Amino acid sequence: MPELLTTILMTFVATIRDIAPIALLLVFFQVIVLRERIAHLKRILVGFIYVVAGLALFLIGLDQALFPIGEIMATQLTDPVFITGAEAIEDLNASDIVDSAVATVQSIEWWQYYWVYIFAAAIGFSTTIAEPSLIAVAIKANEASGGALSPWGLRIAVAIGVAISIALGAFRIVTGTSLAYYMMAGYLIVIIQTMFAPKMIVPLAYDSGGVTTSTVTVPLVTALGLGLASTVPGRSPLIDGFGLIALASLFPMITVMAYAQISRMRAGS
Amino acid sequence: MSQFLKTIKDALRDLLAIIIVVVFFQLVVLQQPFPEPTKILIGLVAVVLGLALFIQGLELSLFPLGENMAGALVRKGNLFWLLFFAFALGFGTTVAEPALIAVAKEAARISAMAGVIVDTEESQSSYALGLRLTVALSVGISLLVGVLRILKGWPIHYIIIGGYLVIVILTQFAPEGIIGVAYDSGGVTTSTITVPLVTALGIGLSTVIKGRNPMIDGFGLIAFASLFPIAFVLLYGMVA
Repeated sequence: MPELLTTILMTFVATIRDIAPIALLLVFFQVIVLRERIAHLKRILVGFIYVVAGLALFLIGLDQALFPIGEIMATQLTDPVFITGAEAIEDLNASDIVDSAVATVQSIEWWQYYWVYIFAAAIGFSTTIAEPSLIAVAIKANEASGGALSPWGLRIAVAIGVAISIALGAFRIVTGTSLAYYMMAGYLIVIIQTMFAPKMIVPLAYDSGGVTTSTVTVPLVTALGLGLASTVPGRSPLIDGFGLIALASLFPMITVMAYAQISRMRAGS
Repeated sequence: MSQFLKTIKDALRDLLAIIIVVVFFQLVVLQQPFPEPTKILIGLVAVVLGLALFIQGLELSLFPLGENMAGALVRKGNLFWLLFFAFALGFGTTVAEPALIAVAKEAARISAMAGVIVDTEESQSSYALGLRLTVALSVGISLLVGVLRILKGWPIHYIIIGGYLVIVILTQFAPEGIIGVAYDSGGVTTSTITVPLVTALGIGLSTVIKGRNPMIDGFGLIAFASLFPIAFVLLYGMVA
């Protein structure tokens, strides 16, 4: 129990430290530069307390409930024993296990990792739906568009983008292809789409690339990347573990623009 | 109170997908029981409560603050202070970001191992500090350029596509070890507290300034803040 208390305390301190520079800057501008009284000061202070307490609770909860089990899952799903089916190895006697494990690992085809790809897509999608900063941007986009852009439409479009990129990133680590090809192809699609997508959506689509990689998604995705890079033969966690996040900030741009294009086509027909 | 109950319900719905995915993989695919189920349940309650509180707090504080600041600064009519605010917001929120501190340390370790910098405690910590300042500076510049763009009404895609081209070219010349870090640094700069504030600032500016459209001109600040650091870190890797 004292361990949990320390975690709670540390998380609160970290969240307050996160918000301190913003609070300082805002106070400096209000008092020194603008010399204005802040309207609804009491309400804003209450809101700040909500934000700090809410974010801290959210992080503590993730730390207790989701991250440990998510990391164990990522390790187990990438384990060669799981991928080839455990029985094959258990049948052999102890002295052969090491040799046969090595042989098994080397003979795994890329498609045998299918549960990894499905997990990658599912975890990418579901964590993005719960990403607080994306919720914030979706609320604002709905307001700015005068209600034309539904918050759920945007969030699902971004989540599909993240799902594709994490699955693709897992495939890339398994096959050992170069990240650069995927990034170049992605950028090319973004550039072409920018020319044809409705003008209204383009800035928001660019923004959704940066929003996706926050509190919930990054720790789980990193665990998956490291798990894969350390079990697939010939991969190094240092070099191949990277890149999932880079892809995850690229593909949401494509899916958000596609969402707007499809909506327009459906409205037009 | 009923408002808060509704927020709790929304938060539960937001988290439903994660719960389904985790339960399905644990019970059906991996076929294992949940370790420490009470701990997980308590954690879930905290996550739901926390998300609900955070969303309520956004509407009460960060959103109105961002928009009010935008309005007040435009009314003051002083370009210097507006740009200074944008730069300070980007620099200040990034320089102490724990995720960035961790990434910078890791990058210094890798560079020392690869022999790019001298392998001493001192050179590693100065390399890490330099990297941190580079990223913070680049986020400050991103917001400054982003706000300037909203004021002038520049179309965003030229800057973004141009930025990509610069990154593609720099990637060819930057040392191998820095590339992964550079691409990652774009992601670590946009924290959960910064994003709502910056978004509200952009929307606020484009609403107050005549001839700007919130959808076309208001968004894009986050995009800059995740693009510029990549180029800056690649440059840092080539120079340092």
